[in-house]
Amino acid sequence: MNAPATAARPRPVKPFWNPLLAGILLGLVLLLTFVWTGHGLGATGASTRLAAWLGNAVVPAATQANGYLGGMVEDGANPLPSWITWQVVGVAIGALFAAFMGGRLRVQLDGARSVGSGRRIATALIGGLLSGFGARVAAGCTSGLGLSGAATLGIAAFVFLATFFASGLIVHRLVKGI
Amino acid sequence: MWPINDAGAISGLVCGVLFGYVLENAGFGSPCKLTAQFSMRDWSVFKVMFTAIVVAATGLYGLELAGLLNIDGLFVPTSLVMASAIGGLLVGAGFAVGGYCPGTSVVGFFSGRIDALVFIVGLLLGTWVFAGLYGPAIESVMALWEVETGDTFMDAWGIPQWLLIAILFAALVGVFYAGSWFERRGRGPVQAQEAVAGAGGPADAS
Repeated sequence: MNAPATAARPRPVKPFWNPLLAGILLGLVLLLTFVWTGHGLGATGASTRLAAWLGNAVVPAATQANGYLGGMVEDGANPLPSWITWQVVGVAIGALFAAFMGGRLRVQLDGARSVGSGRRIATALIGGLLSGFGARVAAGCTSGLGLSGAATLGIAAFVFLATFFASGLIVHRLVKGI
Repeated sequence: MWPINDAGAISGLVCGVLFGYVLENAGFGSPCKLTAQFSMRDWSVFKVMFTAIVVAATGLYGLELAGLLNIDGLFVPTSLVMASAIGGLLVGAGFAVGGYCPGTSVVGFFSGRIDALVFIVGLLLGTWVFAGLYGPAIESVMALWEVETGDTFMDAWGIPQWLLIAILFAALVGVFYAGSWFERRGRGPVQAQEAVAGAGGPADAS
């Protein structure tokens, strides 16, 4: 059973960082972001811009007339070029690099084995939908409102985090999503 | 005087790369690990988020005391209590059902998870549904219970900043104690091997 030593072997899986270390580094990245840009980190600012851009490409009249997305695409404006878009592109690069270096890059439908492929696709889609809608109601998500807002001791951030975790704890008991 | 208020591509890319790098290394690309917070098996989400909030809040306070940073120049979310509460409920439910929040879904997708891409498609759908329903009715609900006196606990109720940070620090110690107790009681945090294998894999008995 002497397999050739030259066969491509996956990189060894490295353990995750200790949560205290990860938290300290995340806090320092957040601090750097505040000092550099005047605001924190986020995510749904970019997905909202992408939604406006895609809407304008597919159904331009409806998107331009829309009370929420219309302002981002009026007079032929492109909603995509923006700080938050660059930041999310950066998140993708940073995550890909970390996953590759840590031997944790693996293409998979995570949850297919635990709940089945069809159900997993449905739960991921519905979860995303709830999250996307909720983030527009709150004008922010876990990163942009919860994490960044809490660092500035904003009231809205702590309200968001409290209902976010309470809701997660309850819904997790009712629905097996993964 | 800080903040520098740079809105360019370079600062976006640099801050984003660091953010994504830390999140993936914390294990936050794995929906299995992320949702294990809600079964109390793995307290990494609480621990990492709380630590980051305390470090950043303390850092901002320190820079302000040193005269380097004008804290009033930083963006603070408007204290719309109803909108934040409803948004939190929905994003929390989406997290429990879908396995991600918006930011971590990007990390999940770029560590190879197709379900995270499906979640991102859901995010866009949710945004369109919101935009489709947007109007005076939604706006009036979102405007309820605004704290008129200010957006931060300092401005709204005159609570000193140092006291808030001290409370957060005490809560952080509590989270680490409680979390580690729950983790010892159960099967312990989701390890990288298990996360890479995927939920329901050989190393996951659930």
